[in-house]
Amino acid sequence: MKKLLLAASMAAMMAVPAAQAADYVIDTQGAHAFVQFKISHLGYSWLYGRFNTFSGDFSYDADKLEASKIQLTIDTNSVDSNHAERDKHLRSGDFLNVSKHPKATFVSTKIVPKAGDTFDLHGNLTLNGVTKEVVIAAEKLGEGTDPWGGYRAGFAGTTTLTLKDFAINTDLGPASATVQLDLTVEGIRK
Amino acid sequence: MLKNSSSHYGLVSVVLHWLVALTVFGLFGVGFWMVDLSYYSEWYRTAPYWHKSVGILLAIAMLLRLLWRFLSPPPTALASHKSWEKRTSAVVQFCLYLGIFMLVLSGYLISTEDGRPIAVFTWFEVPALGALFANQADIAGLVHEYVAYSLIALAVLHGLAALKHHFIDKDNTLKRMFGRKP
Repeated sequence: MKKLLLAASMAAMMAVPAAQAADYVIDTQGAHAFVQFKISHLGYSWLYGRFNTFSGDFSYDADKLEASKIQLTIDTNSVDSNHAERDKHLRSGDFLNVSKHPKATFVSTKIVPKAGDTFDLHGNLTLNGVTKEVVIAAEKLGEGTDPWGGYRAGFAGTTTLTLKDFAINTDLGPASATVQLDLTVEGIRK
Repeated sequence: MLKNSSSHYGLVSVVLHWLVALTVFGLFGVGFWMVDLSYYSEWYRTAPYWHKSVGILLAIAMLLRLLWRFLSPPPTALASHKSWEKRTSAVVQFCLYLGIFMLVLSGYLISTEDGRPIAVFTWFEVPALGALFANQADIAGLVHEYVAYSLIALAVLHGLAALKHHFIDKDNTLKRMFGRKP
């Protein structure tokens, strides 16, 4: 009887179609994705900026989170801190060196699920020509159908980068040696 | 006294000429120095603020100079000047005027891409036109840099030519620029 139940439940499980890994394109078209950063100004306040142009996609499987993948390409020339002279300086060799390194990329390597909807997203970040493994503390925000016949899933993640690690050696002071990178991506299922 | 005559420069032209000369070299020096200031330099904010303020004042002085050229045309060249000297100096002087206006314009375009006005000390602000073309601050920045070097090279040539007239030709070209009557 027990065996029969087990067999039946196994058969039932097999019959249920496994939630499939689906591919998503990050919704940059509708600007429902953001690559933002904040860095301390003198240790007294935050300076916020963002990259306006980027693209990427991810594959996501709710049942097999660790098999999910994401890749993101950022146009470093699109850095925007709401100040033309500062942005010019950020694009220069003192910071992002965009004429030499017009692209920054992030390619995930591993996902470690954590409590609830949170997970650690490991990957290689290439910035200013330097590739380093970073860990993004990420969280699934939600998924479901949208009002226009599509299906969307959204995530947010944050990580802290040390500027010197990416060969950005301009001294902004002791409070500003690191920058916090905040990513919010909403994907539309392909 | 104030106006130019056919043979000598009046006070207005003399003062404007030397004021502009001093300002151009001063702005070049400050500009050359300030772009490499570290973030914690006490000049990091002050130097660009002064550079921009003085740059706008220079633009006003140059507009006055242009206007004055029409109101009171400069004296004719000395009879001893050779025709190639006259031609060359006219081209160089035209380029000096052009260079200064290009510097003012490119400087303006760097600072105003984000729509922020340019403050001239605490006296007044020059309104911004915002972004007029893509990569405005970067392109204008490059133009500003190259034109600045070219202008200084031309100004040095202009000065050397004046010294040549003074010491080699021993004519009144340089003295006239100090308002000396022939």
